[in-house]
Amino acid sequence: MIRVEQIAKRYGDVTVLDDLDLAIPNGRLTAIIGANGAGKSTLLSIMSRLLPADSGRVFVDDLDLSRTRSALVATRLAVLRQDTTMTARLTVRELVSFGRFPHSRGHLTPDDHRIVSDALGFFELEELEHRYLDQLSGGQRQRAFVAMVLAQDAPYVLLDEPLNNLDMRHAARMMRHLRALVDERGKTVVLVIHDINFAAAHADHIVALKQGVVVAAGPPAHVMTETRLQDIYDFPIAVHTIDGVPYAIYYR
Amino acid sequence: MTAPSIMAAPVSPAEAPAEPRRQTVRRRLALLALAAVVLVLAYQFAFVGDADAGYVMGLRLRQLGALVVVGAATGFATVLFQTIANSRILTPGVMGFDALFVFVQTIFVAVFGSAIVVDVDVRTRFLIDLVVMSAFGTVLFRWIFRRSSRDLFVLVLIGIVLGSLFTSLSLLSSRLLSPDDFLTLQDLTFASFNTVDRHLLVLTAVITVAAISAGIPLLRRLDVVALGRDSAVTLGVDYHRVVTATLLVVTVLVAVSTALVGPLTFVGLIVANLARRVLPTYRHSVLVTGAALWGIAFTVGGQFLVARVLDFSTTLTVCVNLVGGVYYVWLLLREATS
Repeated sequence: MIRVEQIAKRYGDVTVLDDLDLAIPNGRLTAIIGANGAGKSTLLSIMSRLLPADSGRVFVDDLDLSRTRSALVATRLAVLRQDTTMTARLTVRELVSFGRFPHSRGHLTPDDHRIVSDALGFFELEELEHRYLDQLSGGQRQRAFVAMVLAQDAPYVLLDEPLNNLDMRHAARMMRHLRALVDERGKTVVLVIHDINFAAAHADHIVALKQGVVVAAGPPAHVMTETRLQDIYDFPIAVHTIDGVPYAIYYR
Repeated sequence: MTAPSIMAAPVSPAEAPAEPRRQTVRRRLALLALAAVVLVLAYQFAFVGDADAGYVMGLRLRQLGALVVVGAATGFATVLFQTIANSRILTPGVMGFDALFVFVQTIFVAVFGSAIVVDVDVRTRFLIDLVVMSAFGTVLFRWIFRRSSRDLFVLVLIGIVLGSLFTSLSLLSSRLLSPDDFLTLQDLTFASFNTVDRHLLVLTAVITVAAISAGIPLLRRLDVVALGRDSAVTLGVDYHRVVTATLLVVTVLVAVSTALVGPLTFVGLIVANLARRVLPTYRHSVLVTGAALWGIAFTVGGQFLVARVLDFSTTLTVCVNLVGGVYYVWLLLREATS
């Protein structure tokens, strides 16, 4: 389980996270939602140890992130950032192989190669494995990065807006892949997401942030009500249930 | 930030599977090594003429030693620096390191007078240079990277500003020197391979080998650092430590070769980019080898051209700055338009 205890983050007078407490259930797909500036990405960065918190602690199982060697954390926690630009020119397979670094420290064993191939297969990238990243479409590129995260073979996977810049088809495909990571591989997946309907359709657990605190948490049916959404986003949102999934309608 | 396209190596066939590509890399590395060896042999044995052969051979061997050490150290250091800076157009030379060297020399002469050259043993002076440059360089680079590691053009700007600052300070201080001291200073700050002190050369070679050996264990982690800070941290690399250690190695290497022959600002930029262009790989073990070989070929070949073909009608520094300056502007323009 990932436990966030009393995390605070301030920039000058602006409080981004206000003594936030949170528990992420194991073996579930958890979506973190909220308006712009609610602190979603900051929270994920702190949970990924990419950003130090001003106070408070994050535990992954029994490990206190601030006191654990980064190399050990990397075997438990895999992270995909929003900004994936890089200067190195890599093929898909080379990129995915980097996911093995926490285990192999750069010396790939036959086992590592097998796990890399498996990750490539899981995200249907076999035919693209020798392509360079700059020759891929946005959707393919994003899948390659998530495949790297899978190759890291950590029980916890954190993703910051993995649907960014993806069209409807690729976004839905990415969500099905992430869903399969939970259902078939038993991973605990946490993602920050803007489109709350994707969260409602695929997540087991939704955490809503507002002004640096958790204002609602629970299964989609619990969070996706008209009163709660109005409270989270500060404007009226209609909710219609289709095939058992509550969808928010907010386009007009 | 840097667009991925700037790293594009159009030489490699796009769809080449891993195995042939690895062979391409190996073949090109072997070719580079061969070219470096041929140039070294040509430098040593071609155009001896009817001068005293023993004297010529000894002199050339010393010159070669300096050229090889400087070429290899510069290539190795620049590839490392580029990875840490996350950019192909940033090198220690471009970031004002050479101007710093000139400044330090100016201060020495201004404070101690020409006497420092006569009274103080050349090795002692070299070691003082080295310590001051390394300490100052490490502090400077750490400070720069902590403040603004995100924005490439801010870094370029800082480099230009620092370069001008050190140059202006050197100019100002040199105005205050006596003509004798000024001549001494000119002698100290002009890159020259023609007269190389043997003891200094041995010392330089030892330090260079030591620094490169210290850099080798970092190479695999630098492969990961090249993915960017966030990816490196999430993959369990102790980013802060790797960057600090790398900067230390780079600073010592650059300080050593600058102290030996003087500033050659654009050599690093040229050879590191040539290596990255010719060798389609992300592996630093390959890239640094390639850059070191390019460095040797470039310095030895350049000096061969200047000394034997152009008969010293110009200097290596002038040639390097001409070629390197144009190349730098071209890289900057490409970066700006991409």
